[in-house]
Amino acid sequence: MAVESVAAPPPSELLAFWRAFRENRGAVIGLSIVVFIALVAIFADFIAPHDPIEQFRDFTKRPPAWTEKGDWQFLLGTDALGRDMLSRLIHGARVSLFIGLMVMLVSIVVGVALGLSAAWFGGLYDVAVLRVMDLIMSIPSLVLAILIMAILSPSLTNTIIAVTVVYLPRYVRLVRASALAELSKDYVTAAKVAGVGPFRLMMRTVLPNCMAPLIVQAALGVSDAILEAAGLGFLGLGAQPPTPEWGSMLADSRDLIVSHPHVMAFPGLAILITVVAINLMGDGLRDALDPKLKRS
Amino acid sequence: MFRFLLKRLALTLPTFLALMLVTFLMIRLVPGDPIEVRRGERGITPERLEQLRHEMGLDQPVLKQFLDYVWGILNGDFGVSIVSRTPILDEFIKLFPATLELTICAMTFAIALGIPAGVYAATRRGGVADQTLMGLALTGYSMPIFWWGLLLILVMSNTLGLTPVSGRIDLIKYYFQPVTGFMLIDSVLSGQKGAFLDAVRHLILPMIVLGTVPLAVIARMTRSSMLEILGEDYVRTARAKGLSAARVVGVHALRNALIPVVTVIGLQTGTLLAGAVLTETIFSWPGVGKWLIESIGRRDYPALQGGIMLISTMVILVNLAVDLLYGLINPRICHGG
Repeated sequence: MAVESVAAPPPSELLAFWRAFRENRGAVIGLSIVVFIALVAIFADFIAPHDPIEQFRDFTKRPPAWTEKGDWQFLLGTDALGRDMLSRLIHGARVSLFIGLMVMLVSIVVGVALGLSAAWFGGLYDVAVLRVMDLIMSIPSLVLAILIMAILSPSLTNTIIAVTVVYLPRYVRLVRASALAELSKDYVTAAKVAGVGPFRLMMRTVLPNCMAPLIVQAALGVSDAILEAAGLGFLGLGAQPPTPEWGSMLADSRDLIVSHPHVMAFPGLAILITVVAINLMGDGLRDALDPKLKRS
Repeated sequence: MFRFLLKRLALTLPTFLALMLVTFLMIRLVPGDPIEVRRGERGITPERLEQLRHEMGLDQPVLKQFLDYVWGILNGDFGVSIVSRTPILDEFIKLFPATLELTICAMTFAIALGIPAGVYAATRRGGVADQTLMGLALTGYSMPIFWWGLLLILVMSNTLGLTPVSGRIDLIKYYFQPVTGFMLIDSVLSGQKGAFLDAVRHLILPMIVLGTVPLAVIARMTRSSMLEILGEDYVRTARAKGLSAARVVGVHALRNALIPVVTVIGLQTGTLLAGAVLTETIFSWPGVGKWLIESIGRRDYPALQGGIMLISTMVILVNLAVDLLYGLINPRICHGG
């Protein structure tokens, strides 16, 4: 075969990214697990063998099916109220991923708005935004979330609000710092000279160049949000019963640790697997998107 | 150095002021009647209500109320708990040593294991040991610690019977007046046989649970910092001089690799102080975290307000101390900043 002398066209950005991402085996495993969990969450209604809040009063505290007293009707057993563990876990994936994604979306939108505007306007406004973010960071995350939940009553929506407020400073500071770095570069000056308006300049010229670290932060932020929300749920301050939320399922299991450890084991395992998978994926994203940050 | 100190202090003051504003607003934002929220009394007569309103200064302008609140805090008045009717500062001081003891032990545990693990992984880069350690670190970093605690209780306490499930010491066997508030020290001071060992047995599981996340973070940080330093020229020079591998890694590289690790340790300590909320709840550890959660359950808003104010103040102070310490270790910071 003759050697091609014509240089191949540069691979598209997405393809280049995928090639870099694919090199990291852990990241690919993480991504596959995340996709699997996402599918489970989306199709929960079809996959779950039972209604997650239906109480089978004749089958309370059943151990998993493969044990001696198990029942194949309830693959992972039932909890203290006779609710099917597997169905609750499957629907719990929906709750947890929903919280994680909502927190991420709201944080990105608000974080980009505040970060970009702080970088653009500077001055007193910048100082004010930074001070508020410093204040949020000076209150320990879980304590702040508890404070917010004490004011708003515990519910799924309020969990999302509380966790978003807690993690917002990271996004704002990240966007502001990268935008400031970009603003001093020549291409921005060129765009300004060309008469690009401030809004278009920030959104179309500057923002795309701040995306790499933001995407990495967003991916890792989802796992933090899921952990934080589960912690709130465990303390009884998150999603309220009978919502099948992994953290509150764990809280319900505390009296059964000794007699029925399976009720405690599965929800925690679900949280752990989800968070590990997202973190693996996030590490891979970071290596692929931002070689400067690469963890050697 | 002195200018750096002043600058850091000046940066802390507005944060502290804003913190007071937030906690002041917080109790006003709680839904419900303000008298009921603050005093826990319900169904009282209009005259009594008027009297209470006056007593608590609720008939004053908001700004005056805020200034009174700030003045109170500056004089050590953090309000009175609805439930126990004792000043919140007193309750906090009584409970804080338990949290502090747990935090210090957890941090010691994390540092003692995390730094060697990170260094070892860095020297075996890419090998089985490195991959195993980093896999463990990722798991630890992602661990829902409330589940980890329950799991350890199940295995260590219920199955193996090695450690107690809750509290700081066996109160039936050992009783003594607290001297320092630190159970490990008090149990030795009491002179009772076996008291110290019992305190250690109570401490070990909460310590592991609280220390797991910082352990993972420190190990990861040490590894990446170490890898960076091992590639530096002066490390190669040290190797070329024929120094032993242990000396190169342990003396030349580690000392410089530790600078970013110290920052992480500082940041983690602040988080731990408050992260103890979950750990204390699982192990019924009588510290400020458990007290805070119980205050929510009892709708004791003044305690919540004062508690959050005090814990956040502690975290701000720890972070300030870390910054100053960092300036001492790494003089470039205070001149540059």
